[in-house]
Amino acid sequence: MDLTSLTIHELSEKLSKKEVSSVEVTNAYLKRIESLEDRIHAFITVTPEEALKAAQAADDRIAKGDKITPLTGVPISVKDIFCTKDVRTTCASKILGNFVPPYDATVTRKLKEAGAVILGKNNMDEFAMGSSTENSAFYKTRNPWALDRVPGGSSGGSAASVAASECIASVGTDTGGSIRQPASCCGVVGLKPTYGRISRFGMIAFASSLDQAGPFTKDVKDSAIMLQALAGFDPSDSTSINTEVPDYSSFLTGNLKGLKVGIPKEYFIEGMDTDVEAAIRQSLEVLKDRGAELVPVSLPHTEYAVAVYYLVATAEASSNLARYDGVKYGLRVNDTGSLIDMYKRTRDEGFGGEVKRRIMLGTYSLSAGYYDAYYKKASQVRTLVKNDFDEAFKSCDVIATPTAPTAAFKLGERVEDPLTMYLSDIFTISCNLAGIPGISVPCGFTKDGLPVGLQILGKTLDEGTVLKAAHAYEQATDWNKRKPSI
Amino acid sequence: MSITKKDVLHVADLARLALTEEEINLYTDQIQRILSYVEKLSELDTTGVEPTTHTVPHKTAFREDKALPSLAQDDVLRNAPEAERSCFKVPKIIE
Amino acid sequence: MKYEAVIGLEVHAQLLTDSKLFCGCSTKFGSDPNTQVCQICLGMPGVLPVLNRKAVEYAVKMALAVNCKVNHKSVFARKNYFYPDLPKGYQISQYNEPLTEKGFLDIDLEAGRKRIGITRIHMEEDAGKLLHGEGIEDANYSFVDLNRTGVPLIEIVSEPDMRTSEEAQAYLRALRDILVYLEICSGNMEEGSFRCDANVSIRPVGAEKLGTKAELKNMNSFKFVKEAIDYEIQRQIDIVENGGKVVQETRLFDSAKGITASMRSKEEAHDYRYFPEPDLLPLFVEDKLIEDCRSKLPELPQQKRERFISEYGIPAYDAGVLTATKELAHYYESVVKATGEPKLSSNWIMGELLRLLKEDNKDVKDCPITPEAIASLIEMVKKGEISGKMAKEVFEDMYKTGKAPAEIVKSKGMSQISNEDELGKIIEGIIAANPENAERYRAGKVQLMGFFVGETMKATKGQANPGVVNKILKQKLG
Repeated sequence: MDLTSLTIHELSEKLSKKEVSSVEVTNAYLKRIESLEDRIHAFITVTPEEALKAAQAADDRIAKGDKITPLTGVPISVKDIFCTKDVRTTCASKILGNFVPPYDATVTRKLKEAGAVILGKNNMDEFAMGSSTENSAFYKTRNPWALDRVPGGSSGGSAASVAASECIASVGTDTGGSIRQPASCCGVVGLKPTYGRISRFGMIAFASSLDQAGPFTKDVKDSAIMLQALAGFDPSDSTSINTEVPDYSSFLTGNLKGLKVGIPKEYFIEGMDTDVEAAIRQSLEVLKDRGAELVPVSLPHTEYAVAVYYLVATAEASSNLARYDGVKYGLRVNDTGSLIDMYKRTRDEGFGGEVKRRIMLGTYSLSAGYYDAYYKKASQVRTLVKNDFDEAFKSCDVIATPTAPTAAFKLGERVEDPLTMYLSDIFTISCNLAGIPGISVPCGFTKDGLPVGLQILGKTLDEGTVLKAAHAYEQATDWNKRKPSI
Repeated sequence: MSITKKDVLHVADLARLALTEEEINLYTDQIQRILSYVEKLSELDTTGVEPTTHTVPHKTAFREDKALPSLAQDDVLRNAPEAERSCFKVPKIIE
Repeated sequence: MKYEAVIGLEVHAQLLTDSKLFCGCSTKFGSDPNTQVCQICLGMPGVLPVLNRKAVEYAVKMALAVNCKVNHKSVFARKNYFYPDLPKGYQISQYNEPLTEKGFLDIDLEAGRKRIGITRIHMEEDAGKLLHGEGIEDANYSFVDLNRTGVPLIEIVSEPDMRTSEEAQAYLRALRDILVYLEICSGNMEEGSFRCDANVSIRPVGAEKLGTKAELKNMNSFKFVKEAIDYEIQRQIDIVENGGKVVQETRLFDSAKGITASMRSKEEAHDYRYFPEPDLLPLFVEDKLIEDCRSKLPELPQQKRERFISEYGIPAYDAGVLTATKELAHYYESVVKATGEPKLSSNWIMGELLRLLKEDNKDVKDCPITPEAIASLIEMVKKGEISGKMAKEVFEDMYKTGKAPAEIVKSKGMSQISNEDELGKIIEGIIAANPENAERYRAGKVQLMGFFVGETMKATKGQANPGVVNKILKQKLG
């Protein structure tokens, strides 16, 4: 039996029946990481010692018959954006250098408390800014389906590590599509919950009003398990939502009878890859077969979403990244002995090109005389984008769209052209602006054998229905069971 | 709106970035292109539209006023590039 | 031409909460550097602020005390700038939508009462402290202590309603007294828990238009506030008189030289790039919280002063002194209750007690004299058991030892001789010993009465009751 091919729910059953031990599984994953990493580069830091310790602790609990969770003993990884106590956390930036947080992110803490085994920290675009994971200060992560292609981004390491079975699941973050787009590129399931559903505490901020953590998994059932473990109010995060968390597994019925699926005309645009479009059209038929009713809806402000996003996200980022100043932690470049020079040299050397570009744009749009035209205007249009969804959800339960206009592109293809790169997120960004949940599930392949993702968006806090639709779709297909040959 | 090299230098100053000549030229060009793109927002009449800064339908949670243990001083300073006399050491501030 | 000054003050008051505004670190003053710091106030990656409820209550109390409107919805905003004492690179403050606005404070001046408008009161977090080493090796470095980072502040912004440094001082004192009465701020200017910046401009008397203002900083006592403003007004008048123009700038007060000097202009103008703080949702203050705060408001200094004047019939000056702190006012009222003598009680407290406390640099809280002890002292004087002069001596002993006045009088053998038989015998002896003077007195040289009183006092070591002595001498010599 290949231990690294299991899903969480499959492994969890074997662990509780003591058919395998967590230490065995963990060792199998560590071995696989070792054999694949020089090709995939999905991790920045691998923590075998900590992982094996956690695995042993899980095995001890199981042996003693102590209470366990569906994640007890399950080897997973987390994006290197989540602070891990006493383990280096870099956000894929040189400026964080060898930063070792004296605290855990709430996500990390909850995973540990659930008994999960953390194998290591995934590669990503620096400060989650990017759509290809090419903006990591360390190395570029490769797409397991085609090593000359990007895994998507910014959570590319998370997506690739799950696709390559270097871990069973991973947690990433999604500010404008950074979970769903790489999930689509790598042929795995990626869920971005409602903004505020999972605590942001200890998750390094890119754009605070948009950032949301969520899981990468091999199937939708695992996604529900991960969400169950991570969701909930956190008194350390004022923006986390204080409402009860439902039992997500209860939504996974496989039946979509009576479910209305909105199809927004603005998401089926010219210039979309024909293979992608074909895969999506076909998957809509599958939803219909499962009992869903397809209804046309309109999200008229979709074409403005990217512009809104790049103003709001960069403005917040320019402020969030001001703390990296060479004073308290991380890199310091002090070659002239002047404070101002120390700041400027540290930040110039510490940040990569994309991060600096966004800091510049965000600083500009907040600066005197431009605030109303840029930041405020964008925040107003954000309201219009949000209203579009409120309106659309009056006539449907979920909305189905492609996750991205194209499958994974080639490394280096869009590096020189930030605007085209930004447009990779055209279908995922509105969801963050509105704060609603969205999932990407594998829904086919292009002629080149690259995965395509179907995006399903839901109402605020209605992850249950999103999971239900995705799960029913998955039950009718086997796209998620295909594995890259590496 | 168009952005000049002088604007870019001013913004770099505000953002505390020591950009090279090459970076300044590159960013002037790239930011100009992005700004031209976002210019499309001005097509929309947003008079009277409330800006959205939060999507969470809740109000700020409070903490009770209770002093809790702080980090150990070692943990506060252990990531510091330079620390001395239990403080973060920085180049002198010249007003 | 005659000029008038236009002065507005921005006051920062540290709130006396136990923990910081957005994290659980202690706000205690004077601890070792960087021992009251956690990942949140240190601005480590990924941390988030959570608002301290008590800080909001304190701010609301202050708002109500100075007649401000409390906004049901207010918004925290980030003020962005780089400085080593600001770990996040931004300060969480309030900008467009402050917690409270549009209030006023009445100040009492010699010329009468004047109303000073309060523009707004908003909440924000304090920055850390920069320390500068003494040695030569430290010349190129500063040292950052973040203990103060995140301590809650309210910023109270006045309208430019003041015209003189005296008015500014009176406003500042009134504001501080209220904060201290509310027990929400220690009001200590030296420790920096009560800080003041002043915006000062001048214009020809009668002009409507405001002149260009200078912002004065670094005035850490009431005296310095006055000195700095006076200096600045004259400086601006001199500029204008000489045909120059006042420039808008920040000026630091140099207390050693008594002057204000331009801060060498930073390399650029400030552009704080305020925007709504995405990590905090809007602050909603419900009516219940406001009404709870209102019901808990204590009697404020001005109300108390007015009540003391009307209820106790003491002069305005006394009322002002006695209400300087809530503790002193309380002490005074306890003494009045025990003695039933408002003015005598005021005299003792203002004349003796405050002098003694000041000499020792102590507070009324530390006063060992109970109101009952003062009552019995006043009673002893009234009964003639001790003289007023003796009573002052006894009072000092009461202050030093905490003993009851009767005990002190007894142990010192100080009691007054009022017994007429006893004094009569002594006086007869004195008259017999000075027959010539007695004769001259009887012949009309009445000034000699003083001589006989003096001799009697000498003979009784000053313990004779002067009233009784006078009476007996008149009988015996008459």
